[in-house]
Amino acid sequence: MEDLKFVNKGIVKKDAKALLAGKPVYTDDIAPADCLIIKLLRSPHAHALIEDIKIDTALKVPGIEAIFTYKDVPEDRFTEAGQTFPEPSPDDRLILDQRVRFVGDPVAIVAGRDEASVNRALKMIKVKYQVLEPILDFTKSKDNPIVIHPEDNYVAKNGQGTDPLRNLCASQCRGEGDVDEVLRNCDYVVEEVYHTKAVNQAMMEPFCAFATKDIYGRIKIISSTQIPFHVRRIVARGLNISKSNIRVVKPRIGGGFGAKQTAICEIYPAFVTYKTGKPSKIVFTREECFIHGSPRHEMQMSVRIGADKTGRIKAIDLYTLSNTGAFGEHGPTTVDLSGTKSISLYRDLDAFRFKSEVVYTNVLSAGAYRGYGATQGLFAVESAVNELAHKMNMDPAELREKNIVHEGDRLANYYGQTTNSCALDRCIAKVKEMIDWDKKYPYVQVGPHTVRAVGMALSMQSSGINNCDVGSVQIKLNDDGFYTLMIGCSDMGTGCDTILAQMAADGLGCDFDQIIVRGVDTDQSPYDSGSYASSTTYVTGTAVVKACEKMKQRICEEASSLMGLSGDQVEFDGNLIQEIENPDNFMELKDLVTKLEAGSGNIIEVTQSHTSSVSPPPFMAGAAEIEIDLETGKITPIDYVAVVDCGTVINTNLARVQTEGGIVQGIGMALYEDIQYSEKGRLKNRNFISYKIPTRLDMGRIRVDFESSYEPTGPYGAKSIGEVVINTPSPAIADAVYNGTGLRFRTLPITSEKVFKGLHQK
Amino acid sequence: MLIEMIVNEEKVQADIKPDMMLLDFLRSINLKSLKRGCDTGNCGLCTVWLDEKPVLSCSVPAVRAKNHKVTTLEGVQKEAEEFSRYLAEEGADQCGYCSPGLIMNVLALKKEIKNPTENQIKEYLAGNLCRCTGYQAQYRALMKYFGIEEEQC
Repeated sequence: MEDLKFVNKGIVKKDAKALLAGKPVYTDDIAPADCLIIKLLRSPHAHALIEDIKIDTALKVPGIEAIFTYKDVPEDRFTEAGQTFPEPSPDDRLILDQRVRFVGDPVAIVAGRDEASVNRALKMIKVKYQVLEPILDFTKSKDNPIVIHPEDNYVAKNGQGTDPLRNLCASQCRGEGDVDEVLRNCDYVVEEVYHTKAVNQAMMEPFCAFATKDIYGRIKIISSTQIPFHVRRIVARGLNISKSNIRVVKPRIGGGFGAKQTAICEIYPAFVTYKTGKPSKIVFTREECFIHGSPRHEMQMSVRIGADKTGRIKAIDLYTLSNTGAFGEHGPTTVDLSGTKSISLYRDLDAFRFKSEVVYTNVLSAGAYRGYGATQGLFAVESAVNELAHKMNMDPAELREKNIVHEGDRLANYYGQTTNSCALDRCIAKVKEMIDWDKKYPYVQVGPHTVRAVGMALSMQSSGINNCDVGSVQIKLNDDGFYTLMIGCSDMGTGCDTILAQMAADGLGCDFDQIIVRGVDTDQSPYDSGSYASSTTYVTGTAVVKACEKMKQRICEEASSLMGLSGDQVEFDGNLIQEIENPDNFMELKDLVTKLEAGSGNIIEVTQSHTSSVSPPPFMAGAAEIEIDLETGKITPIDYVAVVDCGTVINTNLARVQTEGGIVQGIGMALYEDIQYSEKGRLKNRNFISYKIPTRLDMGRIRVDFESSYEPTGPYGAKSIGEVVINTPSPAIADAVYNGTGLRFRTLPITSEKVFKGLHQK
Repeated sequence: MLIEMIVNEEKVQADIKPDMMLLDFLRSINLKSLKRGCDTGNCGLCTVWLDEKPVLSCSVPAVRAKNHKVTTLEGVQKEAEEFSRYLAEEGADQCGYCSPGLIMNVLALKKEIKNPTENQIKEYLAGNLCRCTGYQAQYRALMKYFGIEEEQC
């Protein structure tokens, strides 16, 4: 690592100056002023059929350009989930449907000259509904006589265990060994049910997109999206037109966290511009981001975990019931991580079983949210591990030390993979040291009625989806020897433009400023699955490493040919191409380019793509210290300590900020955030007053450190960082609450009110 | 209705609807640094100065700024450089969407309280939400900007 100038350093983000100067670089900043404004008329009912819809009066409002209803849209169903084709999520939605399935489901698309006229027209559309009984309780959805997707053109995908007539979006069961038998013979068994709620990503930039027609009459969509290439496919299918007629461009993005891995809003401007030929845009209000977003799947997890007298964990049995809401976006895939990323933390299990079912309900469709099911599964399994330790009178850290995976271990429920890089043992040791675990566990009395308690949890995630995610990059050598790095992955604030440039600068031996990064335009960028599944650093990063090697090889070939030598007789140090045997015979890179551009050779551009046969998990240990007022139940976060093994840290600043940000989102989920519905299925908390994300006053101290392993299949030894960091707060804080109060909370969030009630019922 | 105000030291005249908010007015004259992040005055993304005091422009009718002085980040680029550099050096910009509002409030804080304590800083900036950073990197930048020794980090 010593000879690297940029990798493993705290390099400032390439776009920092523009962002911090407030430049107009986001979608709505660059939308043309003549865009038609689009707004959606939304269903007030959780489940209903549209009997009649009258738009004639609304169409007469001055400035209204077009109004569309279910009668105007293509008949083929599609999904807005953005994953690699064949997308596992079922094709279960239309742009507008005669059946509405949640409060907020779009009923009509209204496009007009300005917001005032559109708002007026919205009020003049008359809809007659046949109101149907909704399913709002996801534990009662399977085999309910009410069927949410009875349509005959529903398309289930292969191997997902889908049965829409039973309200089943997906189901599966797998395992090894005889779980029931092994658990029967365990000395200690914990059997409990855990429940995580739907939570909203609450990225600061709302969903927004605009569309125009390009000079060839194609639809050009500019969108705040994590998945430009998937948006192209999704919109093409939604409009039922050829993909060649669609171009997607991603400007800067104001945060995504998975929310923008679903094409929530792109279809509306695409449809309006397709129909009217005029530019159009949609910008969701914050309220719309809540009622028509893509929150984390609510899950209920039944865990059975058993150990022998010595503290060896012998079996884990997990059943996850997931609530996908009205549509199946990311339904089949999120649930899988609740089992793969939790059970696999523990080695040498005699048996495990992981069963899951994903059901439809009449609430808004869930989607991808950082952690993607792992967050839910880890709350359940890590809480159960803590409970098991307490049952055995063992320190939860010690129980983990006895059972965690180590380098070279086969991962229990992880596609048969072994881990080639794992410093989880060191992560636990460091976390204990940093938080002073042995002194503070389980709690310290700090006042007449206040205690400070600690709790711990572990986490793992993936680095991309193996044999599926593809990252590709193109590098062009330009005049004077600077390079253009063309990428297809989306920097959504995470800094991937910067870290990929760091890798490229070290790979090519040039200055950081010599790498110009060009973000996504599906007409120009090399294909990339997109920025999700913790894939960019690992998958696209490896494509960068490969492209740099190829670029150096091509430089040597072209230069040696001009020098009258063969490619293997020269070497390239980033600036000079020298004859190995005779270093005085050399050519400068900039002179090479000048010659090539004057016709004395071939212009050098290389493209490399990468997909990995493995998905090496990053690991993390986290410990929370909280203060609890035993009279009021008030929980105050004091300290959160995290030690992460993401392999080689590519950018020391950005990896740290990713970790801190993930932890605070995780604390929000643990203590405050909870999407709630009325009895009729109306989402209740639809702004930042009632949906509380952490402010800077709610956080204690957060301390982050790294215990790096070296991942042999990763770029410079790196694994992923973006998601693994959100998973530990819920189980760690839940155990800290238990350690301080004796109260066990198995349903999130653990609000101070719940603690107060618990304390006073004792 | 006709209004006139000084925006970033330039006189601006416009014919606007009475219910137009200052946020929408400023964005309509191409000052795009300020953002709409919520509709309830909670997020701080639309922070500008009205006569040197920070306000949430989403909650101020444009007409209230009539004959007053309005300042956005576009108008204080030089003054913002130092704090922005500290943010960049910590990687605290991340997606950048909340940065302009935060910077406007931090510069206002500096004018209002000469040597703020950590708690004063946190309280003053409590209304500036950020979902990327967990506030920690911003905090490190703030400590540097205000010349406060960081404890134990």
